[in-house]
Parts: sequence; structure tokens; C-alpha cells
Amino acid sequence: MFRNNYDNDSVTFSPQGRIFQVEYAAEAVKQGSVVVGLVSKTHAVLVAIKRNAEELSSYQKKLFAVDEHVGLAIAGLTSDARVLSNFMKQQCLSQRLTYDRAMPLETLVSLIGDKAQLNTQHYGKRPYGVGLLVAGVDETGPHLFEFQPSGMTQEMLACAIGARSQMARTYLEKNLDKFAACGREELILHGLRALKETLVQERFLTVENTSVGVVGLKEPGKKGLEFFKVHDGAEVKDWINSLTNDTEVAEEPTEEPAAEGSAAEGSDSMQVDP
Amino acid sequence: MDHRPQAWGRPRDDVYGAYDASYMQTNGPNQHTQSPVVTGTSVVAIKFKDGVVMAADNLASYGSLARFTDVKRIRTFADTSIVGFGGDVSDMQYLDRHLTELSIDEAYQQTAHTLNARSLHKYLSKLLYHRRSKFDPLWNHLLVAGLDEEGKPFLAAADLLGTTFSSPSLATGFGSMLAQPIMRRYVPDEESVANLTRDKAVEVVRECMKVLFYRDARSLDSYSLAVVTKDGIELSENEKLEKQSWAFADRIKGYGTQTV
Repeated sequence: MFRNNYDNDSVTFSPQGRIFQVEYAAEAVKQGSVVVGLVSKTHAVLVAIKRNAEELSSYQKKLFAVDEHVGLAIAGLTSDARVLSNFMKQQCLSQRLTYDRAMPLETLVSLIGDKAQLNTQHYGKRPYGVGLLVAGVDETGPHLFEFQPSGMTQEMLACAIGARSQMARTYLEKNLDKFAACGREELILHGLRALKETLVQERFLTVENTSVGVVGLKEPGKKGLEFFKVHDGAEVKDWINSLTNDTEVAEEPTEEPAAEGSAAEGSDSMQVDP
Repeated sequence: MDHRPQAWGRPRDDVYGAYDASYMQTNGPNQHTQSPVVTGTSVVAIKFKDGVVMAADNLASYGSLARFTDVKRIRTFADTSIVGFGGDVSDMQYLDRHLTELSIDEAYQQTAHTLNARSLHKYLSKLLYHRRSKFDPLWNHLLVAGLDEEGKPFLAAADLLGTTFSSPSLATGFGSMLAQPIMRRYVPDEESVANLTRDKAVEVVRECMKVLFYRDARSLDSYSLAVVTKDGIELSENEKLEKQSWAFADRIKGYGTQTV
């Protein structure tokens, strides 16, 4: 009888001044599995939980390398993320071709910000259903940016988006002061601990479901770069082990990779992002 | 009143009589640059341990006529790099405006990332190559100097075809024949750059400008000299050649109105 008439397109304001399509897109981000990003003075790290749609399928990639010096983590519609990621790759390449330099992070992020904003102002278009964390190193050092479907972008010291990301943010807020001085390994472990906070009971970080992306300066204050690299599978084993060691609870991590699947994690009933 | 767009901004026929439309013809051939018209001669530059010295005289020639004697052919970019222009002066002025625009756009980024000399050189070489590919080249030979992303002295050239070249010392035009051999005595390779002081580099460049004035008939004794280091750019645009000695001219025979 009384339907919401203000959510059919992204160009119509509701009488309360809201654009529902954009808010719905933000909900899509909360359906995605969680990704965490954080920066120190020398490194930028992204960590993510991967999901597999079913027991027999592979895990959906969450981290992507954009260029030597930039990578991103996605939460939301993967196919929309690929469009943005490909666009960013092209922009970075063209910057290298015409200026022989690494694309400055802020410039790159404002490009996708502008691109996404257009979709919220044109009839017949829809916002991107994905949130991104963009991590990288440029001339001014390591950076982390958050991108939302509304086109809003922000530089962050640490950030988490996706399902149950509030738990990770709480951890990040509590430990914020420590990050700046962290070395590479410490920073990764902080990221993984934040990630672990978001897990529901009987679910664990495993080599199958955990991704770690790192980019940074080889030496503080120098120009040498450790290129952005995504670590999966066996490469994350040591980090996960050292994480289980530092918890006093001697729980044995059962190697059960997500039996009940992704449905539970993304369900609406869960307390995500107030 | 005639409101057709074609009539906008033109004298009213009812007041001034019919407009002679033959002046408006746009269907003639669109001519690309076939040769430079007003030209600047050599630009010379040499790296030293902390930066680069560059010089170019202040003359713009119209053929063999020394037409404009106060044309500055070295410009700065973002207070970190310098560009020296040899070749067509109108194309230099076009590039000058283009670079000003680029530096303003670049300055609008919230965090100050300014293009370094390497980026600037890459960009200009792409621009020159783009224009030559349209068969409408910008008739210039450029030297770009400054510091690279690691803070080391950077010097490279780009010409009207988009060809690029880099060396511890560079010169365009006549300078490539007359000044390069002199400069190469001081910096034959990249290693020797570390041994060259700023004062010596300036002295060498001044010497080159003198040799060029002696032997290049399109040159002038007033020139611009720029030194770029990590501390910025010192550009002086009214240098004069000093201690000239034309004694050698006596011995030259076979030109001009000489009869003996």
C-alpha cells in the first residue's frame, strides 16, 4: 500500500534529504566479508577474510594489486570492484607512460571518487556496490584510503569495512597509537588481530581464508620500495601461527574451513555497522 | 536584427552594409609548420655534483636577421626544474603557456606532488612525439634539467621528433658541435660529474657561450644562465659575455668581403 517511492533511482531525494539507492549500495558493502587496512610510517597493510560460495568452490579473491606501489581490498560486489580496479590499473599505467612516475595515491583515489559520484547523479545509473580500501606508497610515504559507493573517499590511519567490521574497528581504535611506529611484521599481526575480532564462534583464520597484502618502504626515509604483494595460502601460515601463539586461550584451531558457508556471515540479522 | 549565430559579433548589415564574407573563408588548406620562422639558437647545459647549469642566449633570429635581442629562452617549472628552448620561438611560447597551465593544474592537487625533472622531460617528449605524429611538429629542441626522484642531477634532451637523449652534458643546435666537445672534456661520463664543482661548471658554460658567440653567426653576447640544485633555481637573464678576445679573427680568411 505505502511503498517507498523515493528509492527507484539515484537522482531523487527523499523528503528527508536522503538518496536511498546510495544507502542501499552502502548496505552491499556490509554484506561483503571483512577487510582491514592500516598504515605505519613505513608500510601499508591490507588483510582480508576470503569466502567460498560453497564447499567445492575456490575462495573469492579480496586483494588486488593495482600497480607496483598500490593495492586494494574489496568488500561488496566483486564484479563492480573489478571495474574500478581495472580503471585504476589503466590510470596508473598511463601515469607511468606520460610522466614516468608512480601515480600519487590521493590523485588515484579522487579519480575513482569522481567516477563513483557520477553514478549517484545520473538517471538510469546505479552506484557501485562496493567499498574499497586502497593502500600504497607514493612520494609522500605510505597511505591508506577508504572508498565508499557514494563516491566519498577519506584518508585513514586504519580502517575496516564489510560484515561485522565494527569489531575490527574497535580493535583498531584501541591500538591506534601503536601503529605508526610498527615494523612490517608487527603491523601485519595487528591487522590479523583486528580481522580475528570479527569472526563468529567456531570460525578461525586459516591459510585458506586469509589474505595479506603488504607494500612499504625498504628502509625508512629512503626511496627503495617493497612492491605491493598479496600473500595467500602457505605464505600466511607463519603469521597465523604466531597469532594463535599470542592468545592465552589454548583453543585448538580446527581446520574446518567455513562449513556453514558465507550465508551466516552476511545475513541481515547480524549486528553490523550501526 | 539578424540573430543567426553566423552573424554574431559582426557588423550589422543594415548599418554598415553587406559584410565581405571572403574574409571568413575557412575552406583553404590547413597548413602545418613546414619550417621554423623566428628561431633561437643553441642551449647548453652541464651536470655538476649538486645540480645542473644551463645557458642560452637572448636572441630570436628571423632568418639571418637578429630580430629580437631580449627573448628569454630558459624557463623554470615548479621552482624545481628548468627547460631551455632551441628552435622556433612561437612554438616555444606555445610550450611555455602549456607548461604554465600544467604547473597550475599540478599545484591544485591537495598534497603537493610536483612533477620532477624526469617526469617533465618524459611529458614533453611525449607531447613533441604526439605533434610530429600529427605531422604538425613543435619545431623545438629542448633541454630539461633539474633533480630526479632520488635527488640526483638530471639532464635530458627532447627534439621535434620526440627523440630523447641523456648525457652529463648536452647542447642543442650549433652548440652540439661547438660546445659539446668542450664540456665533454670536463664530464666525459656520469662518474666524473661527482668531481665537478658548481663554480667550475658555471665557468665551463660561460666559456662555451663565448665560443658560440665567436663562431655562431645567429648568437648574441647577452644570455640567460640558470643553476638548478636541491635548494632551488637561480636564473639570471641578463648575463653579458666578458673578456672577449677577437684576436683570432685576424687569421680567418675566405669569408665576407675580404680580398686578400
